[in-house]
Amino acid sequence: MTKSNTPKSAAARRQFIFDTARMVCGVGMLGLGLGLYAKQVKALPALALRPPGALAEDDFLGACIRCGLCVRDCPYDTLALAKLETPVAPGTPYFTARSVPCEMCEDIPCVKACPTAALDHGLTDINKAKMGIAVLIDHETCLNFLGLRCDVCYRVCPVIDKAITLEMLPNLRTGRHAMFLPTVHSEHCTGCGKCEKSCVLEEAAIRVLPPKLAQGALGKHYRLGWEEQKKAGRSLLDESKMLDLPDRLPEGVTLPGHYDPASGHTEPMRGMAGSEAGIIPSTPPGLGGKP
Amino acid sequence: MSGKRIGADAVAEKGWLAAHKWLILRRVSQFGILGLFLLGPLAGVWIVKGNLNYSLTLDILPLTDPYVALQSLLTGHVPEKLGVIGVAIVLAVYFLVGGRVYCSWACPVNVVTDAAGWLRDRLGIKGSVHLARATRYWILAMTLAGSVATGVVLWELVNPVSMLHRGLVFGLGAAWTVVLAVFLFDLFVMSRGWCGHLCPVGAFYSLLARWSPLRVSAPRRQACNDCMDCFAVCPEPQVIRPALKGEDKGVGPVILAPNCTNCARCIDVCSKDVFAFGLRFSNPPSIVPPAVKAD
Repeated sequence: MTKSNTPKSAAARRQFIFDTARMVCGVGMLGLGLGLYAKQVKALPALALRPPGALAEDDFLGACIRCGLCVRDCPYDTLALAKLETPVAPGTPYFTARSVPCEMCEDIPCVKACPTAALDHGLTDINKAKMGIAVLIDHETCLNFLGLRCDVCYRVCPVIDKAITLEMLPNLRTGRHAMFLPTVHSEHCTGCGKCEKSCVLEEAAIRVLPPKLAQGALGKHYRLGWEEQKKAGRSLLDESKMLDLPDRLPEGVTLPGHYDPASGHTEPMRGMAGSEAGIIPSTPPGLGGKP
Repeated sequence: MSGKRIGADAVAEKGWLAAHKWLILRRVSQFGILGLFLLGPLAGVWIVKGNLNYSLTLDILPLTDPYVALQSLLTGHVPEKLGVIGVAIVLAVYFLVGGRVYCSWACPVNVVTDAAGWLRDRLGIKGSVHLARATRYWILAMTLAGSVATGVVLWELVNPVSMLHRGLVFGLGAAWTVVLAVFLFDLFVMSRGWCGHLCPVGAFYSLLARWSPLRVSAPRRQACNDCMDCFAVCPEPQVIRPALKGEDKGVGPVILAPNCTNCARCIDVCSKDVFAFGLRFSNPPSIVPPAVKAD
């Protein structure tokens, strides 16, 4: 450093700068490649499911140290570590519901085995797991949608009647039968995949997807009027100031139970079935009304 | 090679077994560790569960790879209790025996690169791409910074070490292609390329070795006959010179360079028994502890 600027030291300095630049560029390119790969790998394929209690994919890939203890402690060989050619981050645990679904062990051994927080040790009730959400994805081939009583996904569901229910609707094709449509309720579905595994079709009509793919989301500012009304115990609007259009009805006809905001007058109810629905005429029998 | 093979003098002098003692012990250690891991999946005897990143032995002893744990920590995730204890145990053990003992006594890729080095020597392949041995520290720094930036345990996306070990224990898949690439790279492109120049795992463990008590030493360096076999066989030959040839400069005989892997091949191949395992502290003619820079 204290040496004078001889040509030799200048050359050495140039060489040092070049060598450093070479190193930084080379390693930087390697880092760029790795970074892009890391970004790619965060896009977990839709049908690859993480073990119960797994953090969201972004966090999971930082927390999981790829040790495979969850795989070892899974009594049903459900879990596997991703191989290099699997489109899942190499070395991380996953399962494919259609091959081997999660059996939802009550003691959740996979979570207990995890030496990091990649599988959340706060998960102690397997029914609260959210490995994914089942979606009846194909209404055209599902046998129940065709009017048959397959019901297999409903019957194998470990959270039967909560995670999957059968909703009765009239079969408009025959005009005289009912359809029992398997309906998933996201708050109870754990994403274990037994429904997908047991679907009798060549390709499952019901599939477990990551919640991000399976669910829509209301805008944050959306309010459901009927729920707000229930919470507040009254309508949130001053109904007397609502613009009221004249009820154009044939002479002498009344709408039983109809509330007219302008006058504040409610027509008296007729004592007909389903009249608790208020202003809405009761649905025809068999069309989703209360049994 | 035109002349004698490396270690021929030692074999003639000490006999084949004594001239391969540490090599054999090392292979026993490497394959023994691998065997313990394989005993579970192959024979159903679960002594060790997991892989080199984290393992649980006899359901009681946790061992965590500190480099993987550090990357994970940098993404903002702290391990559970067992994971943390595992890090502490591994750090303590490799601190005591020399960080890069991991490389030469445990890492499965070492067998691959040693094989490439051996074949390179047998085939007489000369010429090698020049790259500074410090490259590995740059890669190490890049993986740590990259883990922060991406939130992913970055090096584990491509790490041939964990890929090979995990592959052998959990199913190899296409990971053999990466291992083959490392082998061919060492064989044809760069002598001792992977372990000696690029691998950030070894670079990380070498940081631990900076103060490790157990070191290879050259206590009988006066007996050295300049046959150069130790330099030829050493995967990190730059570490030998200061200790072996430093007497005139007042440098002690202990190989202090952290990149010495304590593989002890120099002890094996020396016909004059110059080298031996020793402690860092018994380094008599040392005036200034030489901070040997890689390359």
